[in-house]
Amino acid sequence: MANGTALHCARSGFVLRQPVRWLLAGVLALVFALLLAPAPARALEAAPAADNPELEARMVDITSELRCLVCQNQTIADSHADLAADLRRQVREMLEAGKSRQEIIDYMTARYGDFVLYRPPFKATTALLWLAPALMALGGMLALVLVLRRRSRMADDQFDPDDAEEADLAADKPTY
Amino acid sequence: MKKHLRFLIPLALLLVLVLFLGAGLQLDPREVPSPLIGKAAPGFALTRLDQPGTTVRRDDLLGKVWMLNVWASWCVACREEHPLLVAFSRDKLLPIYGLNYKDQRADGMQWLSRFGNPYDVSLFDSDGRVGIDFGVYGVPETFIIDKQGVVRFKQIGPVTPEVIRDKIEPLVRQLNG
Repeated sequence: MANGTALHCARSGFVLRQPVRWLLAGVLALVFALLLAPAPARALEAAPAADNPELEARMVDITSELRCLVCQNQTIADSHADLAADLRRQVREMLEAGKSRQEIIDYMTARYGDFVLYRPPFKATTALLWLAPALMALGGMLALVLVLRRRSRMADDQFDPDDAEEADLAADKPTY
Repeated sequence: MKKHLRFLIPLALLLVLVLFLGAGLQLDPREVPSPLIGKAAPGFALTRLDQPGTTVRRDDLLGKVWMLNVWASWCVACREEHPLLVAFSRDKLLPIYGLNYKDQRADGMQWLSRFGNPYDVSLFDSDGRVGIDFGVYGVPETFIIDKQGVVRFKQIGPVTPEVIRDKIEPLVRQLNG
């Protein structure tokens, strides 16, 4: 009987830990899904009251990528700052003059630096900025894998029982 | 030894985090490094604030070290900076040009006669286009431009006595050197 209980205990230890593994796998899957999911569609702007809606749409598209330096957490498209209005006018005029998107972005960075770009270019000074999230995720996953592997090699008696009933079983108390 | 010192790991991580956050608090996110430093000042042709018929161009100023101070009558921080600029102009260290940014001529003139005029000339940039070319986003801003027309220094926000003493004066002496 004592032998049987011990066996039961060992097995139940494994069985009860299985949901924990599934939970972990689920969390990881969720994290990956969030990482890989496409960016949410941008909220639609109010319809512009301009003569040329197509040009206005291109203007909004470009200025949504540019930071307003007066209210730094807003895009030039969103900001009500005076400067943002001037810059929207500037972009509008440049589009009318047939300038390309890249020419307009270059025009802005020549004046305000890479800081105006919500998506700064990848270069030596910004490498850490771009790579840090991936590095941190990798580090976290590596730590998780190491911990799980170590735990999987540990004997059952090194784990605390999951509940009182198991505690009784572990203590080899007979249950009726 | 190893086991009971483990609690130090999160503590050390916390300290590192606190150091980073502390350093972050010392930085001013409003101060964006200007890409114009070391580059030619943007070209402009603007009328004088006091003489709508007279145009001043960038190239008229080649050959001298000069200061460009962006100001406006509606700008509160300019008002704070102004007495210092008036005092600095008395030293006649270098010509000071004003860029009257997105203002009305009458308002600008009135402001100067009320609070004093430190500028050799004020240029009138009513629609702010020259301001955009100079990357202006927080008036007042101050630029030092050398004899070749290259921007050598930019101050965002009001200049302070320390900035004049530690940065502007040594730089102007060196450029005129």
